[in-house]
Amino acid sequence: MEKRAVVSVLGKDQVGIIAKVTNVLANNQMNILDISQTILQDFFTMIMLVDIRNTDDLDNLLKDFKVIEKELEVTISIQLEDVFNAMHRV
Amino acid sequence: MTVAFTEIQETIRMVQMESLDIRTVTMGISLRDCADSDFKKVQENVYNKITSYAANLRPIAEQVEKEYGIPIINKRIAITPIAEILGNHSREEAIELAKTLDQAAKKLEVDFIGGFSALVHKGIGKGDQTLLDALPEALSVTERVCASVSIGTTRTGINMDAVKQLGTIIKQTAENTKDNSSIGCAKFVAFCNPVEDNPFMAGAFHGAGEGEAVLSVGVSGPGVVLNALKRYPNVDLGEVSDIIKKTAFKITRAGELLGREVAKRLDVSFGIMDLSLAPTNAMNDSVAEILEEIGLERVGTHGTIAALALMNDAVKKGGAMASSYVGGLSGAFIPVSEDNGMIKGIEDNALSLSKLEAMTCVCSVGLDMIALTGDATPETLSAIIADEAAIGMINKKTTAVRVIPVIGKTEGDTVEFGGLLGRAPVMGVNPYSSAKMIQRGGRIPAPLQALIN
Repeated sequence: MEKRAVVSVLGKDQVGIIAKVTNVLANNQMNILDISQTILQDFFTMIMLVDIRNTDDLDNLLKDFKVIEKELEVTISIQLEDVFNAMHRV
Repeated sequence: MTVAFTEIQETIRMVQMESLDIRTVTMGISLRDCADSDFKKVQENVYNKITSYAANLRPIAEQVEKEYGIPIINKRIAITPIAEILGNHSREEAIELAKTLDQAAKKLEVDFIGGFSALVHKGIGKGDQTLLDALPEALSVTERVCASVSIGTTRTGINMDAVKQLGTIIKQTAENTKDNSSIGCAKFVAFCNPVEDNPFMAGAFHGAGEGEAVLSVGVSGPGVVLNALKRYPNVDLGEVSDIIKKTAFKITRAGELLGREVAKRLDVSFGIMDLSLAPTNAMNDSVAEILEEIGLERVGTHGTIAALALMNDAVKKGGAMASSYVGGLSGAFIPVSEDNGMIKGIEDNALSLSKLEAMTCVCSVGLDMIALTGDATPETLSAIIADEAAIGMINKKTTAVRVIPVIGKTEGDTVEFGGLLGRAPVMGVNPYSSAKMIQRGGRIPAPLQALIN
């Protein structure tokens, strides 16, 4: 079954953000279902919907994200999709 | 229907820029089967039961936090009021038991364990008295043990004999911990109309009507409400209420989802969601600032109570729709030392002790984390508790007193408690004595439930 999560990247816009983040996702067997980018309160924001059914261990992914966060000075987070459904749907 | 990107953005903004968090997941554990005539056995039973039931509380909460991307700030334990299992054991043994609880909390890496408590709103039993006698020392030799005492309810009236003792207990605790800003008092709360399923400290305990083990959740998010209001600076008060309701709904749903997930993985039943706005010293995470955003130049001025009543009611209306089981204290907290806006209100002479008392008539939960001048007498402390209990008793709501008479400090000084407990300006008390009334003792009879004007 599909298990979906939202990956968000916040920070200063610069060359290579998408490439680097999607590379980590690929290395962790995560399929990208949808992707969007915009400016939120002066911050570059990229939001991706990903399928994480093939990933048991989020720790590895978070470790990989940490490296990019440091390198690009951005904040990356991953949250299961349920939390958005709970908050925004009655 | 899938969630829109704008909605995803809203959640991300709440977590990353507006301090949305789950303030606490609190596991309630019944200790009633731990009583024994052999004290060593009691200690062993209590330690083993707590550390086995809650063994995975912290790791599981951290795992859920990671998967859902919303921080769970505190992991805590609430237990059966200890007075109920003390039986014939001595004061010294009660203090030893407090140390056992402290060790269990440290082993589990939870920040507080609540329930070193007694319910004496009608009378004081043998175990209750032992606990009361043990309190000043128990609070000063432990770090993570929180205590509470119920001294009144709407149905029973107020036990003024107990209130009298508490003044002395608080003063003694302050003396015992005077080298550390009298911090012992920050872990003690006196209640009128306590609830049995409160997940927040220092007043959490696992009540007699609760099951074997249960998980309750306290959400937070003053920062989220504040920022939501900032986006609509000129709407009328009906719309202000509406914005708060919608925001509280979202915050509560997030809390309920994570709470249920933690409960499921721990294999205990989900208890309640506590709909309380609990401030922290983080920037813009202040209840006082919400009241100021509604239109007060400084918290404490005229209009503060009306604004607070509106806000508190709106939070409950939004939250009640979002959760299947609402309980606990469910109301806005107005702790002074943990809320930068409250601190500023006092420093600017806008907010007084009397106004804080008045505010507790319309919101949870009472005089909370207020530093008082160190020369406040035990009788004055008792009288402060009696006043607050009377407000709770007559208005059929929970009220509480958690005040810290800081030994060696006087009005106008500032005291640092550190960490989540924050810092507070020291407030003066009324110089006139209440000793005669407190010395009388006895009980204030339960009030009429009709003819209530």
